[in-house]
Amino acid sequence: MSPGSSFTDFLSAYSPDLLPSRRTVPAAAIGGEELRHGTTIVAVTFPGGVTMAGDRRATAGNVIAQRDIEKVFRADEFSAIAIAGTAGIGIELVRLFQVQLEHYEKMEGRTLSLEGKANQLATMIRGNLPMAMQGLIVVPMFAGYDDERDGGRIFSYDAAGGRYEEHDFHSIGSGSVFARGALKKLWRAGLSPSDAALVCVQALYDAADDDSATGGPDLTRRIFPVIASVTADGFRRLPDDEVGALAQSVVDARFDAPDGPPAPLR
Amino acid sequence: MSMPFYVAPEQQAKDKADYARKGIARGRSVVVLQYDDGILFVADNPSRALHKISEIYDRIGFAAVGKYNEFENLRLAGVRYADVTGYQYDRADVTARGLANAYAQTLGTIFTESIKPYEVELVVAEAGEGAATDQMYRLTFDGSVADEHGYVAMGGQAEAVAAALKDAYSDGMTLAAALRAAVHALEQQDSDRHLEATALEAAVLDRTREHRLFRRLPPARIEQLLAEAAAAGGEGEGDGDGAGGGAADKGDQAGESDKGGETDGGTGPADESPNGSTT
Repeated sequence: MSPGSSFTDFLSAYSPDLLPSRRTVPAAAIGGEELRHGTTIVAVTFPGGVTMAGDRRATAGNVIAQRDIEKVFRADEFSAIAIAGTAGIGIELVRLFQVQLEHYEKMEGRTLSLEGKANQLATMIRGNLPMAMQGLIVVPMFAGYDDERDGGRIFSYDAAGGRYEEHDFHSIGSGSVFARGALKKLWRAGLSPSDAALVCVQALYDAADDDSATGGPDLTRRIFPVIASVTADGFRRLPDDEVGALAQSVVDARFDAPDGPPAPLR
Repeated sequence: MSMPFYVAPEQQAKDKADYARKGIARGRSVVVLQYDDGILFVADNPSRALHKISEIYDRIGFAAVGKYNEFENLRLAGVRYADVTGYQYDRADVTARGLANAYAQTLGTIFTESIKPYEVELVVAEAGEGAATDQMYRLTFDGSVADEHGYVAMGGQAEAVAAALKDAYSDGMTLAAALRAAVHALEQQDSDRHLEATALEAAVLDRTREHRLFRRLPPARIEQLLAEAAAAGGEGEGDGDGAGGGAADKGDQAGESDKGGETDGGTGPADESPNGSTT
């Protein structure tokens, strides 16, 4: 009964150099100046699901390396994954994670539980710990629809592979402190799915406002945040025109109130 | 250790082929056929857990008859092959042709090198952008590959089922019509066989879907489609014009050993009721 239903286990026996965790770790720390870094990700729950969004900027040192990078991905039919940190390693981790979930599903004829998926991701991040110690840190955020609870759940991670469940909302990446402040003031119980997307755009705007590594909505080039929601109906990435309209309304409103909608004092 | 008697290679191959063919004929049939939006797989299989039809990759499905443990092994190997290839290169680089070749190698080696051949027959099908680019490969126990078009029937009373399909199949059928033709063909395995939706395992590669095209059809959906097909006029489809060149392509087979099984006794029980007149 060798490799079983795990794709990474099979790969480690069949072709280990394809796995990130099997690579030789560089002796010296690698300067982050040349490598692309992904920045801010936010996630917000609403009754019956969860919405995740990421800005589109990648930085290498003080340079904007890419204006339209995508950092939010479909993990499988009922979950989404987003990355912050070293983009190269993060994107590889996402690809591997996507195959791992699909592989298990096809081999076993059933999907992993949401907890199972979250734990699986933790194991994969732990495999990257030696790289993280050399500065190649990648930290994902994972969110999905849990059919037992009929609701969305959010999981965050650290470089050591620690897995932490977050409640209501969360943010990661360089602009996450600013985004978190906005989320705190804007999130409320019983958000509608479209309002949850709006909360994400507002929070990303605030992150871009104060963090140089986070990109705001680019109305001139029509580059908007990637927003995806996961509900009982599955994963859905919001189409560009829908996000464009949201971004436009947020930017328009900021002409009157540059700091965004004020929260009630009491 | 005693010296074995000399057995001529021809005899050995024939014995193995007979053995495998007998094993496959004991089971029940599976049919695979094209319809306007993709490829339909239907198996006479009441089990909800032990599948004869499965997903391999985004656009690739798998159907098998014969010994469960043997084709399950091949299915798992196929999923691994597809996932590794797709991870190493790109998802678009996983093709039914590559997979069929890998299966042919495996089955051919097992047939020549081990005492007992695999008692299986497989179909690997890939839904293309349109019906013209759909691909269906039939693999037999000795590793021969046949490039099929239109429809395939295998396992059990395959000839009777194929003959019924030949009459009922036409290019560009709707899903409901294709399912009805398939169920009717499967009912030709025995003289008085009636298949309920719960006794069928059915799945489609639906090219109108995104990403992963494979989807199982639950019994409720099967019933609904069969009712739809019956309502659409029982006499309508299956005038028998579109055999889709399926028979002509049998010539592509690399191995000759199962050709005998293909050609002899092609008529027989199928003559009873060539068309679906069960409205």
